[in-house]
Amino acid sequence: MIEAHFSGRQGSFRLDAAFTAPESGVTALFGPSGCGKTTVLRCVAGLVRLDEGKLIVNGETWQSDRKFVPTHRRPLGYVFQEASLFPHLSVRKNLEFGLKRVRRRSHTIAFDDVVDLLGVGQLFDRPTAHLSGGERQRVAIGRALLSQPQLLLMDEPLSALDRLSREEILPYLERLHEVLSIPVLYVSHDIGEIERLADTLVLMRSGGVRASGPIADLLSDPSLPLVRMPDPAAVMDGRVRDFDPKYGIARVEVAGGTLLIAGETGPTGAVRRLRISANDVSLSREAMKDTTILNALPVRIVSAVPEGEMQMTVRLTLGADGKGAPLLSRISRLSWDRLGFQPGDTVVAQIKAVALAKA
Amino acid sequence: MFDAAIIEAIVLTLKLAAVTTVVLLLVGVPLAWWLARSKTRGKEVVAVLISLPIVLPPTVLGFYLLIAMGPNSPLTALIGRSLPFTFEGLVVGSTLYSLPFVVNPIRNAFEAMGERQWEAAATLRAGPLDAFFNVALPLALPGILTGAILGFAHTMGEFGVVLMIGGSIPGETKVLSIAIFDFVETLQWGKAHMLAAVMLVMSFAVILAMRMVERRFASTRP
Repeated sequence: MIEAHFSGRQGSFRLDAAFTAPESGVTALFGPSGCGKTTVLRCVAGLVRLDEGKLIVNGETWQSDRKFVPTHRRPLGYVFQEASLFPHLSVRKNLEFGLKRVRRRSHTIAFDDVVDLLGVGQLFDRPTAHLSGGERQRVAIGRALLSQPQLLLMDEPLSALDRLSREEILPYLERLHEVLSIPVLYVSHDIGEIERLADTLVLMRSGGVRASGPIADLLSDPSLPLVRMPDPAAVMDGRVRDFDPKYGIARVEVAGGTLLIAGETGPTGAVRRLRISANDVSLSREAMKDTTILNALPVRIVSAVPEGEMQMTVRLTLGADGKGAPLLSRISRLSWDRLGFQPGDTVVAQIKAVALAKA
Repeated sequence: MFDAAIIEAIVLTLKLAAVTTVVLLLVGVPLAWWLARSKTRGKEVVAVLISLPIVLPPTVLGFYLLIAMGPNSPLTALIGRSLPFTFEGLVVGSTLYSLPFVVNPIRNAFEAMGERQWEAAATLRAGPLDAFFNVALPLALPGILTGAILGFAHTMGEFGVVLMIGGSIPGETKVLSIAIFDFVETLQWGKAHMLAAVMLVMSFAVILAMRMVERRFASTRP
């Protein structure tokens, strides 16, 4: 587990942020530009030292009132916004830079594995100046991983890239997420990236932490500004049960129900991140007969907040008992009043589209 | 064609320039690093002091050096010997005289490197010394080479400071520029011509070398 608290001034900016992150998975620091998320990451790395700081990573104190472990003694990897490769070294030498500085017996992440995972093998002998933006960032990620970190920090690693390079890198990040056992702190202001990658979310606003917790809970929490976004969505992880090749439909089990998804989603047992937009979920009192909607599941209404004059954003949980995964639905206020919905009611959710958030 | 006195002057000049360049780098690189990285306000005062020889007449610098190295000065008491009119004295004087030409390009190179490379090195487990030798120095290499060549060339061409603190002792302080002066004074025009031509060729070679270093790095670096 990671316990962090940083507070102090930097110029005119005041930061006072405390959060915890689990010892595995991706924890995203999310918030608008200037909310201090990068500063928090730099504090974790020891690149910035504020007046007060406390940081415990897997039981080891990296920083406290009396202690400040300098950056080069913290077992972390840092991926900057711009790849920041060393221009005087080849790609291979860049990759080996951190690796060479770690004792051999604490090597747990192998050179060849990282090279395969990130597909950087054919870049070895090219000067770093001749790499594309996406290639540079892949080398930078590999270089950070090979320094055998116990914590990987990523500061908007995709934001300096064009759309194409971004789409090129995201699958690598997702694979990383599957195979990596170390925790990752991921700074981003792009909710799409976060829906695809994050397990835990730390929501920041003007130098402080507004909320933190599992991403599925926070995305669907009506008291948070996330549901006010133009296209709010719920995310959940599901396990592939089977695939019907005749119709091209896969069945995926999620907490509190089974969803049908068009298209090949992967082998039986594979875990996939699903994204369900609130605009694709409608509600009814009774299960509709004779409908083309494939997914109609019992859900429990948890709460609802008005969105503008005409709409309501309703938070639901899957399952008649309401113990499943959180779901969001955006419906008209007229329907809400007409059908007399109340928190606690068990109703039926029709889900028009379930998308794979992960390729 | 060259008599022994001329050869002696050329060898002495090259020796002085080489030794001074080594001393300049040993002093200049750490100094440039400090000027580039330190957040102390006073550092600009130091930078101005280092740059003074660019505008100061060499005779002024030489005059103060002569006083500082005089028989009754604390410096002389400290090292226990008198430096004026010796080769070592010339090295000290030349170092001070050429320091800005070495420190400024190296400082610029360190500053151009930026904070990010330094931070990246730290996140990859490189401590300050490690990062200095394996990241900062290689990245600043073009600046260091430029500084070294400028320092060498500037020392080769110096006259005023040498005249003030070195005099004209053959084999000890009689460098090319002084020898030319002496030949002209004594109306030996032929020898003066020859030495002047040697200076011209060497200076040309040095500047040419510098241009080539710059071009080489410009083509391999982004």
